[in-house]
Amino acid sequence: MSVTAKTLCEDEFFYGHKACAGCGGSLAVRVALKVLGERAVAVLPAGCMSAVGFNFPQLCFGNNAIISTFAGTASMLTGIEAGLRAQGITDFQAVGFAGDGGTADIGLQALSGAIDRNDDILYICYDNEAYMNTGIQKSSLTPFGAKTTTTPVGKNIRGNLRPKKNMFEIVAAHGIPYAATASIGYLNDFLRKVEKASKIKGTKYIHIIAPCPTGWGTATDMTVEIAKEVVDCGLWYLAEYENGVYTLNYEPKQFTDPAEYLKKQGRFKHLTEEDIQTITASRDAKWEQIYKTFQIN
Amino acid sequence: MKPFLREKIPVALSEIPETPAYEAGYLVTKNAGWRNIRPVINKEMCVGCLQCYLYCPDGVIFKKDGKVAIDYDFCKGCGICKRICKLGAIEMEAEK
Ligand SMILES: Cc1ncc(C[n+]2csc(CCOP(=O)(O)OP(=O)(O)O)c2C)c(N)n1
Ligand code: SF4
Ligand code: SF4
Ligand code: SF4
Ligand SMILES: [Mg+2]
Repeated sequence: MSVTAKTLCEDEFFYGHKACAGCGGSLAVRVALKVLGERAVAVLPAGCMSAVGFNFPQLCFGNNAIISTFAGTASMLTGIEAGLRAQGITDFQAVGFAGDGGTADIGLQALSGAIDRNDDILYICYDNEAYMNTGIQKSSLTPFGAKTTTTPVGKNIRGNLRPKKNMFEIVAAHGIPYAATASIGYLNDFLRKVEKASKIKGTKYIHIIAPCPTGWGTATDMTVEIAKEVVDCGLWYLAEYENGVYTLNYEPKQFTDPAEYLKKQGRFKHLTEEDIQTITASRDAKWEQIYKTFQIN
Repeated sequence: MKPFLREKIPVALSEIPETPAYEAGYLVTKNAGWRNIRPVINKEMCVGCLQCYLYCPDGVIFKKDGKVAIDYDFCKGCGICKRICKLGAIEMEAEK
């Protein structure tokens, strides 16, 4: 049986941090470290989670943790794992926590290289769907229609014109030993995946949706519900990739209305009926592919 | 190890390490001042299901006597715990 709230390590390893109230990314980092324990060696590139965790002399990690260059999360993990192994140390887990920009844009090359070498590391992408730490710029994981400071809403365009990059399947296409998607709205699923990943040798990747009240224009108490709703309306899904097989972990009986999900957020306020239809149609196309190519759990 | 508040705040140059490494879990400031509402747990209604403890982004809810309690030094008043509690055992109250 996998770890639950009752069996989870009681220690906190990400505490006193300066993330905004209700920050989804900080919840992902916090619970992942509770699963991995104090022998986790964490790497955090430039981004919100390093900015809110390391404010000398305020250091909010109770385990070993280090800031990497923006592009270098995976390469620093590779170095840490090799360095500790060279010293004969074996009881540790090199884990990275990078944002969507740090993962799908600038850090993609380093991540791809690490997967290619099958380095024994765990890479967790906390996806808040924009460059939040620098003031909400679009990344390649920003969804269609979202308003950011670089995809504004005006007469000619209504937010982001491009769809969200399919990071999970890009990573899986490397033939990685383990990859998974998750959401901070379904933490038991995430706990299980982190625990499972920590026991697999080679490169592991977990992509977790982590709403940002500041950048998404949502109330601080809504973070978890929004993260649940994005799964329930089918705009995100909980899945795994292992031994060459894709598995869907959770199948909503009936999707909730995406319009409900979108209208709760300031970044989607401007969307027209037509925009919502575009989003719903691309959701349906995605699920058609899921049903064709994924095993259903 | 859970990060905790220290008395000593390094200020002089001689107290700042030459290497970029420093002690883990070294806290010198609280987050209590960020809050204008605070969660209050009704101990009679709480059944200790631990869902609020699991979902608090700041990890400030801890187990106590089969139920839960809050570290108000670091709670930011986000209100997630109140929404998570199915039993309605958490109320948000205005800070005085
Ligand atoms: C090479 C480089 N380019 C740009 C920056 C500036 N920068 C710091 S954090 C950040 C945004 C990070 O976005 P993301 O990875 O999505 O993490 P988030 O802040 O959203 O948590 C940027 C652009 C940098 N530190 N290094
Ligand atoms: S801006 Fe968003 S991601 Fe960054 S600390 Fe605030 S809530 Fe978290
Ligand atoms: S969620 Fe409610 S019932 Fe459960 S432990 Fe927290 S306060 Fe108690
Ligand atoms: S209000 Fe937010 S920070 Fe405070 S205990 Fe509840 S969930 Fe945690
Ligand atoms: Mg981001």
